[in-house]
Amino acid sequence: MLEVDATLCDGCRLCEKNCPFGAIVVVEQASGDKLAEVLDTCTLCGACLNVCAPKGLTIPRKTASAEELASYSGVFVWAECEDHDGALVPRRVVLELLHKGRQLAEALGEPLSAVVLGDKRPMELEGLFAHGADAVIRYRHKYLERYATDSYATVVSAIVAKKAPSVFLLGATPQGRDLAPRVAARLRLGLTADCTGLEIDDARQLIQTRPAFGGNIMASIVTPYTRPQMATVRPNVFGVGTPREGAGGEVEDFDVVLSKGLIRTRLVEDQSLAEGAGPGIEEAPVVVAAGLGCQRPETLELIGELAGLLGGVVAGSRAIVERGLIPHTRQVGQSGTTVSPDLYIAVGISGAVQHLVGMSSAKTIVAINSDPDAAIFKVADLGIVGDAQEILPALIRELKDIGKD
Amino acid sequence: MFRILVCVKQVPEVTDVTVDTETGTLNREGVASILNPFCEYALDLALELRHANPQREIEIVAVTMGPPQARAALMRCLEMGAERAVLLTDRRFAGADTWATALTIAGIVGKLGDDIDLILVGKHAIDGDTAQTGPELAECLGLPQVTYAVDLELEGGTKKKASRWIRVRRETERGYEVLRMKLPGLVSVSRGAPLRQVCSLDDILGARNKEIATMTADDVGIAEAELGLAGSLTQVVRIFPPPARAGGEVIDGSDPGEAARRLVGFLRERELV
Repeated sequence: MLEVDATLCDGCRLCEKNCPFGAIVVVEQASGDKLAEVLDTCTLCGACLNVCAPKGLTIPRKTASAEELASYSGVFVWAECEDHDGALVPRRVVLELLHKGRQLAEALGEPLSAVVLGDKRPMELEGLFAHGADAVIRYRHKYLERYATDSYATVVSAIVAKKAPSVFLLGATPQGRDLAPRVAARLRLGLTADCTGLEIDDARQLIQTRPAFGGNIMASIVTPYTRPQMATVRPNVFGVGTPREGAGGEVEDFDVVLSKGLIRTRLVEDQSLAEGAGPGIEEAPVVVAAGLGCQRPETLELIGELAGLLGGVVAGSRAIVERGLIPHTRQVGQSGTTVSPDLYIAVGISGAVQHLVGMSSAKTIVAINSDPDAAIFKVADLGIVGDAQEILPALIRELKDIGKD
Repeated sequence: MFRILVCVKQVPEVTDVTVDTETGTLNREGVASILNPFCEYALDLALELRHANPQREIEIVAVTMGPPQARAALMRCLEMGAERAVLLTDRRFAGADTWATALTIAGIVGKLGDDIDLILVGKHAIDGDTAQTGPELAECLGLPQVTYAVDLELEGGTKKKASRWIRVRRETERGYEVLRMKLPGLVSVSRGAPLRQVCSLDDILGARNKEIATMTADDVGIAEAELGLAGSLTQVVRIFPPPARAGGEVIDGSDPGEAARRLVGFLRERELV
């Protein structure tokens, strides 16, 4: 609970003005002194503590000893793999995590390790070293052929508990978001979701910055009492970095027992869609999104062709997904997925706020829309007012031409 | 009796929440509160499951943790068809992060009558967008989980004994997959399709006669140090507005060839092609 020290509070109202939740009011007391009072809406976010000059506000926090926290060392990265023609290959987000993880590890003066799970299929681990890992911790078992929460959470928790790193990062992919909270809860660790900024402060704490309220607010979060400090990281936010030629390192095969009995889910049927092949929209560097202005089959075909030429994937607005023209897994926006690609091309999307919250952190936004007043143009780095059915073929021709150069 | 617990959250209409760039505080005046859409989908799937299994007696209990006004979100659940609801409200819950929230809800699961067979949650709440509380709750209770579900089907079992397995169709990055999960378990629900359950006037009036039980920290039976901010393992140290995004040039596309050339030139400039 937020405590007000009446002997220190001078009624300056700075806390009242700066409370994000309007939960503090300064009230004149019977004595004539003005004093801060805390309302039920206080969430204990602590914003007021920083503005209170006389230090009259406190929130009692529990403490963990510095020695205890310092006994944890090393930055760990979850190396989520996907099958490429029978080999397990780390996803692009893993390389991004390694690039960022390297900076954190250097700031801490600790080693960087990748944790990888799989079965007997060959694993391409060179990329992990080339992108910054000092070591790889690996565990292979026939029960790990396919991701299952129980099996993966068990092994990853065991590795993290045994190795006691100070930081553990996972990609905020569907798998990472399924796995991370299981591991965090099992080990009773703090966890921050979907971070877009990570840095080490003077107290060697990991400052985890993430968007909230649909990207309208950024919050910086710390994990003061538990180690490792766990976070999932939004794909496509941190770059991949230049690979180190010929880099290598130690691969340690972790020793743990995995019993079948603890896996409480079974695959009944894989219903992967042909159009679902390729990376998910969360991770794709280029996303070409179709809106209601692209309902015609021939327009959608052009969207697909454009995405192919740019090395990207097709996504859609809620409206076109609801018409069944694009699967929900590819829906961008509040009731779909949030994406941060290098390039987002919105075609025939008007730009409702619910859509914008899902894509406004894209690095470059291009919009094509026939309505010059469409809201999407307000966030687009470049907009074209025109008919998609005319612009897209011209654009595809132009892109094919540079391909010939 | 097959009991489904649907955990829901009341959220602000997030698109209306902004940060005042001068003071660095939240602008929240006039921001409406709604039932988180994915929680609504979760409840919708619970209702569908009941509809599809008339031979089984299914009770749906909605629970939320929040300030007293979160009652409105539970009222919505009762109108949609939940039998009863539980509001966890107490100042000692304030400031809870996902871990403290999960632990608190886990604390009351054993106190809601007989066993819970299935827990449904939304895949994430649109305000925090962490997708963590559901899996953390499952872990606290030692239950299996399936995330990103779009459809549920109870396995039939035999006449004497109902099956203890559920089939869950879930979204993957490549389409869908169907998993079997041993019950009791937790399922997080993702769906963008419009709701199939529409409330009638009778539903809305009937909801007033249903029970919303209130529980406080004393009822949960967890040490106060484990609740709310005191029990939270993460701490917000700063909030600030995101970097502003200004729109760029908008060009006329009446000459598609010229517009396409300019666009490609722009993409080359930014090294995107």
